[in-house]
Amino acid sequence: MQFLTTVLLDGLVYASYLFIVSLGLTITFGVMKILNVAHGSFYAWGAYLASIAIIYLGENEYNSMFYYFSIFMAAIVAGLFFGFIIERFILRKMYGEDIHLIVLATFGIFWILEDLILIVFGADPLMPYYPAMELGGLEIAGVYQGVYSLTLSGLAVVVAFICWYFLKKTKWGKLLQSVIFDREVSVSMGINVTNVYLITFIIGGMLGALGGAYVAPTISISPGFAIDVVVMSFAVVVIGGMGSVPGALIGSLMVGMIRAFAVHQAPVLELFIIYAVMAIVLIIKPQGLFAPPKPRKI
Amino acid sequence: MKFGTMKTVSSVFLTFLFVIGTLFTTSVYAKDRIKVGVVSFLTGPAGGPFGIPAKQGAELVIDAINAGTMPAPYNKKGFAGATLDAIYSDESGGGTKQVALFRDFVQKQNVDAMIGYISSGNCMAIGPVADELKMLTVFSTCGTPRLYEEKLRSHVFRTQANAVGDSLAAAKYIADEYFKGKMTTAGKMYTGINQNYAWGQDSYKFFELGMKVYMPSAVGSSKPQFPKLFAGQYGTEISALSLDKAKVVHSSFWNGDWEAFVLQAMVRGFFKQKIVVSSVGGSAVDTLGKKFPDGVIMGTRGLVGLNVRDNKDPLNTWFVSEYKKRYKAWPLGPSYQYARSVMAYKLAMDKAAASAGKFPTQDQAISAMKGMKFKSFVDTIEFTRGGGHQAVHAISYGITKYNKAKGEPEVENLKTYAASCIYPPAGVKSEDWINNGMPGRKCE
Repeated sequence: MQFLTTVLLDGLVYASYLFIVSLGLTITFGVMKILNVAHGSFYAWGAYLASIAIIYLGENEYNSMFYYFSIFMAAIVAGLFFGFIIERFILRKMYGEDIHLIVLATFGIFWILEDLILIVFGADPLMPYYPAMELGGLEIAGVYQGVYSLTLSGLAVVVAFICWYFLKKTKWGKLLQSVIFDREVSVSMGINVTNVYLITFIIGGMLGALGGAYVAPTISISPGFAIDVVVMSFAVVVIGGMGSVPGALIGSLMVGMIRAFAVHQAPVLELFIIYAVMAIVLIIKPQGLFAPPKPRKI
Repeated sequence: MKFGTMKTVSSVFLTFLFVIGTLFTTSVYAKDRIKVGVVSFLTGPAGGPFGIPAKQGAELVIDAINAGTMPAPYNKKGFAGATLDAIYSDESGGGTKQVALFRDFVQKQNVDAMIGYISSGNCMAIGPVADELKMLTVFSTCGTPRLYEEKLRSHVFRTQANAVGDSLAAAKYIADEYFKGKMTTAGKMYTGINQNYAWGQDSYKFFELGMKVYMPSAVGSSKPQFPKLFAGQYGTEISALSLDKAKVVHSSFWNGDWEAFVLQAMVRGFFKQKIVVSSVGGSAVDTLGKKFPDGVIMGTRGLVGLNVRDNKDPLNTWFVSEYKKRYKAWPLGPSYQYARSVMAYKLAMDKAAASAGKFPTQDQAISAMKGMKFKSFVDTIEFTRGGGHQAVHAISYGITKYNKAKGEPEVENLKTYAASCIYPPAGVKSEDWINNGMPGRKCE
């Protein structure tokens, strides 16, 4: 029982982290059909901005509520600023180009933003540990868990709910689904696809930045730390189906749980097993588990 | 004269001028100035805690030697009289990229020597290429024993002793200091969390072998953790280690990985439940300051960094004081390790020049460095293994404790293990030596 509870908790925390990070990636792909390698830069910038703010607040002993405020502000600022600049001045000029060229462009943007981090923040690691330290640990089934890390699951649930509500219950969500289904028909129906693209890209960026900002208090932030996150997010999105929100959720849960089980029972298989699952899913269902249906055009 | 003949003559003449010009500049350059590539992580998770302090350590010593302001025995100006121009390069990007950069340094930038490299993976990739290109290369920090145990190297030296000593010293510290008279029953006792590549795997393997010799009744866990390098998230691994009955947890984590692990483990009370021994985690002690947990058994891979910062050897006092003045921080282990490589190179160049009576060739410098003994910051280091190319030195471990009065972290119960106690004799493979019960070891 202790083992099972611990594996489930570990899997859930890791899955929550993956879900928040990969959600933005899958939404961007779903709407814009762009595989955004620069998604990792949003993650990194969110983490850096939040770290700077948290360290300042912690050193000056501000009320801890400000930590969480600064995490969300960092995500909003990073997503809005870089999302707007990248979409408006780079990607918008490339729509209609070969998809591989756009991927290469986002790859280039990723490295430019990585270098910008080095210039702005330097190479010294940042450790904004204050929120995680403050919340401390909690004994569950005989094993101490970090309370801050557990709250990640709460955040994932809130983000998933907001996403579901936005897509299913709001006018904007329906417009978005329409663009996901068929861009040309959406344009002919009078939807301002240009604006939809811009807003989608910014929201995707904000979600990536939120992942980085929220995780920041538990890790050491230094240039280049986001590269692995991009790779892992791609694995999740590919398993779930590119462009599918439920797919990102299921993909994250699958990866999180399988990884947790492997770490506990056969640590040497940890990395192998994630990509093995991805390969199996791709063999059985090349589009991923929940890929949105493609309209047949005549 | 026909136009075609004129053209041929003039092109031959121009080529001649170019060759003469090149030879002239090279010979003048070789005597007055030398170019050396210094490679460490300048970006990525290994940059801040390792690569940048390493670069700074090298930079400080190079500048002092060039100016002739370093204390004895390094007070003679220059490297065989020449000023060293360092070209600093980033070690990030993996072995393939580093091999390409190494070739560029040698074949296009015509460097006189190469110094540095932190990652064992990069050292394993660069070693054969350095021999192939016949380029004097001094590795500073990487620790895999495979570098010389798989093959002797003609042009590669390493001033840092390998991981065998770090791991054996850790095991010996636990056996002698921690469990002295305390361990009454046999049982599952130790496990580990190490990065999944050459350094991490070798470190744990030798720790485990060491424990079998020093504490034969203790049993290792069947599930030691090997997360990938730069994973960043260790929540699941910490849970698995917490559920494991083993009391001692060995880690050779370095860079941001160690700091992330400490942060995540600390809030979960991990350091209170387990005895954690870290072979190279000193950087986080300074970065986290009073937040760093007390009671961690800490190694610094030699008599460097945290474990010797109060040592009064004049060379150490000079280094610590100049480093703090220039970089506003304590020198870390890698700062010392890179500085040490520069010092070994300087001594070899000076020795070769004295013997040759002129500016030495590379072969003369290699001969001088082979088997050389040189003064480090608080101890003496000898190139006595790997055919005279691999240095060995003492290793120390202590227990972390935050000194509230001084407002600084420090270590207590510091123990130092001589090289003769934790490294096999020359020509003997580490694993065979340990499995045979470490014959001939001298630990007193």
